[in-house]
Amino acid sequence: MRHVSVEPPPFFHRGPSPLARLAFFGVLSLVLLFADTRYRYLEGIRSVAAVVIFPLQRAVQMPGEALAWIGTYFASKHVLNEENVALRQELLVRGPAAQGYARLQDENAKLKGLMGVETRYAGAATAVEVLYTGRDPFSQKLFVNRGTDAGIKPGAAVIDEIGVVGQVTRVFPNMAEVTLITDKDQAVPVLVERSGVRSVFFGAGAGRAPELRFMAPSADIRVGDKLFTSGMDGTYPAGLAVAQIDSVDRDTGQMFARITGRPLSGVDRSQFLLVLGSSAAQPPRPEEPADADSVKKGARGKGRRGG
Amino acid sequence: MRVLAKPAAFIPAAPEEILRPVNPWVIALTFLLGFLANIAPASGVVLALKPDFLALVILYWCIQEPRYVGVGVAWMLGLVMDVGDATLFGQHALAYAVLAYAAEYFRRRVLRFPLWQQAPQVAVLLMICALLVLLVRVVGGAPLPRWTYVVPPLVGALLWPLISVLLQWSQRPARSPSQR
Repeated sequence: MRHVSVEPPPFFHRGPSPLARLAFFGVLSLVLLFADTRYRYLEGIRSVAAVVIFPLQRAVQMPGEALAWIGTYFASKHVLNEENVALRQELLVRGPAAQGYARLQDENAKLKGLMGVETRYAGAATAVEVLYTGRDPFSQKLFVNRGTDAGIKPGAAVIDEIGVVGQVTRVFPNMAEVTLITDKDQAVPVLVERSGVRSVFFGAGAGRAPELRFMAPSADIRVGDKLFTSGMDGTYPAGLAVAQIDSVDRDTGQMFARITGRPLSGVDRSQFLLVLGSSAAQPPRPEEPADADSVKKGARGKGRRGG
Repeated sequence: MRVLAKPAAFIPAAPEEILRPVNPWVIALTFLLGFLANIAPASGVVLALKPDFLALVILYWCIQEPRYVGVGVAWMLGLVMDVGDATLFGQHALAYAVLAYAAEYFRRRVLRFPLWQQAPQVAVLLMICALLVLLVRVVGGAPLPRWTYVVPPLVGALLWPLISVLLQWSQRPARSPSQR
């Protein structure tokens, strides 16, 4: 022992034994885990604590940001020039499309007005910067630098310049958590561009290719097909690029084909993202006819009486 | 009296050296630093290699100062880490509580070894912690992580000697100039 121990001899009372304490705190942890996974009771506590921790997080980021700033400052003029030229060319290429887009949007709004269709995507969007990637190795998440302060709401779609990146899952006052489309079971309703087949694109977790589940082996999908959001869930506006099909494995012995894809957007590479404003309210669920309702209730009542 | 060949501050204390009692504020400060190191943004290779610094600090104080830091303190720090990481509530708390208990159980044995031989034992403790988190998450429905999941505990064990020496700094006995 190299330590001058001033611990009292064990016959003095020292509180519960370590094992008893471990058992107590272990059970407490399990209760918390259960409450968090099953019921999400603790989101309030989490957001309060997140506000307290936020300044610390910013403070830790500062050295890195300062280094990055110095790096950009000393970036050679040559590199900047090249980038500038490339960007100008891109602007030129995209210019006509953009001009056309305004006209198309106008036309679209008029047509929709004529047909009495409500616009589903309001068009308001917030540009955000990625603060850091989540450290949890079990999930695929990002943290971005705007939160309730910019009116971001949970559930909003997040895109980059190419396509869908993910969805806002938690919002704190100064930042928001984005769950990537590659996270396990993160679902995006999609449409195959070539054939119009509808499906749902499921993330599979880190290092695994996302897949289209529940597609019949005969489904009209080929390697190289592009998937776009179908807009059916009201979360992702229709027409955003999502993924490209990488492999299609049609084993007719199986119930479903195994189809994997690769996200088109720079899911975990993009530094700047766009959080789309919440889409206009979904049309309300069609009400069941009153008589059908009463019939059902009657049937249920009868059943109860019978039982 | 031993004459030390190297500058005193950054070598491990010799086994026969008597360490000064630690100031509780120093412990709190090191916990804060460990937490900050954990929440520092990282991505790519750095993220894959980054060990759990807070776990290392907790382990060190559980071994060195079990009167101040035990299962309860470790558990509360785990909750703080859960918030910082936005993971499930109780996941780190459970892991750190088990770590603290294991440290309390093994401390007399671990202290007999020189620092570089303590490292493998620390690796085992950190790995148990990691496996516990893995178990909790997989039971909760998370997918299995990549194989790189086992790398941070090993890196943590490699850093153990360095972190021990750093944390020992405040406890080192003051030496008279003739000993330097």
